[in-house]
Amino acid sequence: MRHYMFRITLAAFAASVVLGHGAALAASAEKGRAAIVKFGCWQCHGFQGQGSVATSNGKVLAPDPPPWEQFSALVRTSNTGMPPYTEKVLSNDDLADIYAYLQSIPKPADYKSIPLLNQ
Amino acid sequence: MERKVPGTKDSDTKIDRRKFLTGVAVAGAAGAVAPQAANATMAAGTAFARVPSALPPTAQTIAAETGAVLDTARVPGKPGSDYMVDVIKTLDIKYLPANCASSYRAIHESLINYGGNKMPEFLTCTHEESAVGMAHGYFKIAGKPLMTLVHGTVGLQHAAMAVYNAWCDRVPVIIVGGNDLDAAHRPPGVPTFHSAQDINALVRDFTKWDDTPVSLQHFGQSFVRAYKIAMTPPYGPVMMSLDAGLQQEPVKAHGAPLYIPRYVPGSPPAGDPNAVREAAMLLASAQNPVIVADRAARTKNGMRLLVQLAELLQARVIDQQGRMNFPKTHYLNAPAAAVSNADVIIGLELSDYWATVNYFTDNGENDGIGVNGTRIKPNTKLISISSVDVITKANYQDFQRFQTIDVSMAGDAEATLPSLIEAVKSEIQNDRKIAIEKRGEAARKAFKEAEVRTRQVAAIAWDASPISTARLCMELYGAIKDLDWSLVASEGNVSNWPNRLWPMDKHHQWIGRSGGYGVGYGAPASVGAALANRDIGGRFSVSIQSDGDLMYAPGVLWTAAKHKIPLLSVMHNNRGYHQELMHVQRLSSFRNRVASLGGDMGPIGTSIMNPDIEYHKLAESMGWWAKGPIKDPAMLGPAIKEAVEVVKSGQPALVNVWTQPR
Repeated sequence: MRHYMFRITLAAFAASVVLGHGAALAASAEKGRAAIVKFGCWQCHGFQGQGSVATSNGKVLAPDPPPWEQFSALVRTSNTGMPPYTEKVLSNDDLADIYAYLQSIPKPADYKSIPLLNQ
Repeated sequence: MERKVPGTKDSDTKIDRRKFLTGVAVAGAAGAVAPQAANATMAAGTAFARVPSALPPTAQTIAAETGAVLDTARVPGKPGSDYMVDVIKTLDIKYLPANCASSYRAIHESLINYGGNKMPEFLTCTHEESAVGMAHGYFKIAGKPLMTLVHGTVGLQHAAMAVYNAWCDRVPVIIVGGNDLDAAHRPPGVPTFHSAQDINALVRDFTKWDDTPVSLQHFGQSFVRAYKIAMTPPYGPVMMSLDAGLQQEPVKAHGAPLYIPRYVPGSPPAGDPNAVREAAMLLASAQNPVIVADRAARTKNGMRLLVQLAELLQARVIDQQGRMNFPKTHYLNAPAAAVSNADVIIGLELSDYWATVNYFTDNGENDGIGVNGTRIKPNTKLISISSVDVITKANYQDFQRFQTIDVSMAGDAEATLPSLIEAVKSEIQNDRKIAIEKRGEAARKAFKEAEVRTRQVAAIAWDASPISTARLCMELYGAIKDLDWSLVASEGNVSNWPNRLWPMDKHHQWIGRSGGYGVGYGAPASVGAALANRDIGGRFSVSIQSDGDLMYAPGVLWTAAKHKIPLLSVMHNNRGYHQELMHVQRLSSFRNRVASLGGDMGPIGTSIMNPDIEYHKLAESMGWWAKGPIKDPAMLGPAIKEAVEVVKSGQPALVNVWTQPR
């Protein structure tokens, strides 16, 4: 794992994610950022969940990822361009860690405050 | 001149070079006798002769150094290849990028000596794919074709992928392949390995025309014909097999004198007037017409015409970016999804009409085939103007899936637009004008909203490392925005940020992509296009160069440095074959397996890392100014600014940037 790949400051290395069925799992944003590499999420969604019009149909996962229920259902049963990830491939714990990582990504600056985006 | 002979016992032994050369000249003359006698001479002399420490000089060297005048001309009269150069010169072909080869040695010699290495000027390439790729990029800026020479079987096979790209991208390139046809006379060994009955067969499926001239006059006719066919829309590459014997034989004095046919450009095919009128009626009465353009604007006039048609109808335009068809700054510019509300769609030179109005999802359903569906409303009327309909071939599948079209015109879109515009003008009823105006107002609003959304999305991961592709593109734009810039390649997919964020409104600011999606196009095409931009008067060329693309034939960097072609190449170095990386990941998930990474970040076989390629050092070794690897986004702007100054001074420069995947 290369540290330079991720320069964002994580708000919290451990976060508690409330799952749809009401159970609470201790999820780790730090583990989550490793998991997005291990399981290939970065390939289409980027290292910060920013997505791409070319790979994620423009969908942005972070900041503000979709609600857990929606997120986990999509990952498990996707029949879109994104392949489904079963528990055999991606455990519930890993998925929760990934979600915690996405939640930890701070909001970007308003584009109006970035001179290069106002040329 | 005297010198000591190193390594001899008698270190005082001295050789007078002139006497040495004279002696060799005598030996050379002796060598002209029959082989058996020569062997006898050599054998007899071996006991007495001191073996020279260097290879004997050639007859030309001896003549130059002794002042002796030797008549070395083996072929009396004007060489046939001189006539070939005369023919080529009538067509104003400015450059000839090529990798040298024995099978075209005669015409090579004529080009540089008889022809003075001008019109065309020989550009030394290190790979035939680079040569054709350069010609490809050059045409899209200059609007004029280049020719290349390739070596029989092997050179043409090297060139083939680039020829296919040119074919799919409708770009003319004149390819001449040296080929020694006469089995009784050609040298045995390598030249025979490199000859074939019909080298043109290698590329026949993706060239417009080919020929094998058997006389000099035949060459004259065929070369001009080849040029004309290549340059009549739809443009495309053409191939000529050029016999080595024909190149070397003299122009014969008997018979009718050789002539050079005059080239007169042909006009492009235009849409049938009745079909144009039918299309105009549909467009004029549509509630929501949408224009889709791929390779429609062959010239800047094509872009002007498309703006005129769009404004006349207040119709949104989806630019599929095969060329710079429509200004990105125009409020009628629309995303691909705009087809969903259309009741009439007109496609102009679309390479894939089916995928414009349908979707395919590679989700493993239907026994792995995936899901197909429509993007458009039922009863949407489809119009097409495409010149490609007149040159479709059978084998290679660049014609894509079949789409039923309501009004289909086999004609060149740009050539048809003037009559279509006039027909639309006469078909628009007065009572439609208010509705058309309102359509424009809605388009303005949608355009402004989309612009804000796009910029906000670009801000995400702005400070990330590896550097986001949005940041890469906007740092680059910030450094060139005040110049007359031309984005000559954007390979490897940077989420289309330049087309979404750069205010492109000139035809030369975007020249499309490879056509056939054969990786390896970006580097040579950007060099070729930069050459054309240089000659236009110092227009600034910039490319977004991907890592996988550059590694196909990086020698083109050397060609750029050697021939002083200024180009700023900013690398989108995501350290992988990213498209394939995602494919393997997808298949792994479909099959319920964890993709094996093998210590890399992507599935085994798809990463370009461990070791990481130092592209900046690669470029430096070939004469480029270079910097990198840039991983910190704060360092990117200053590095690009430095590189811009280098390129402005006339040198090529490369900035190696580690980027997010897309």
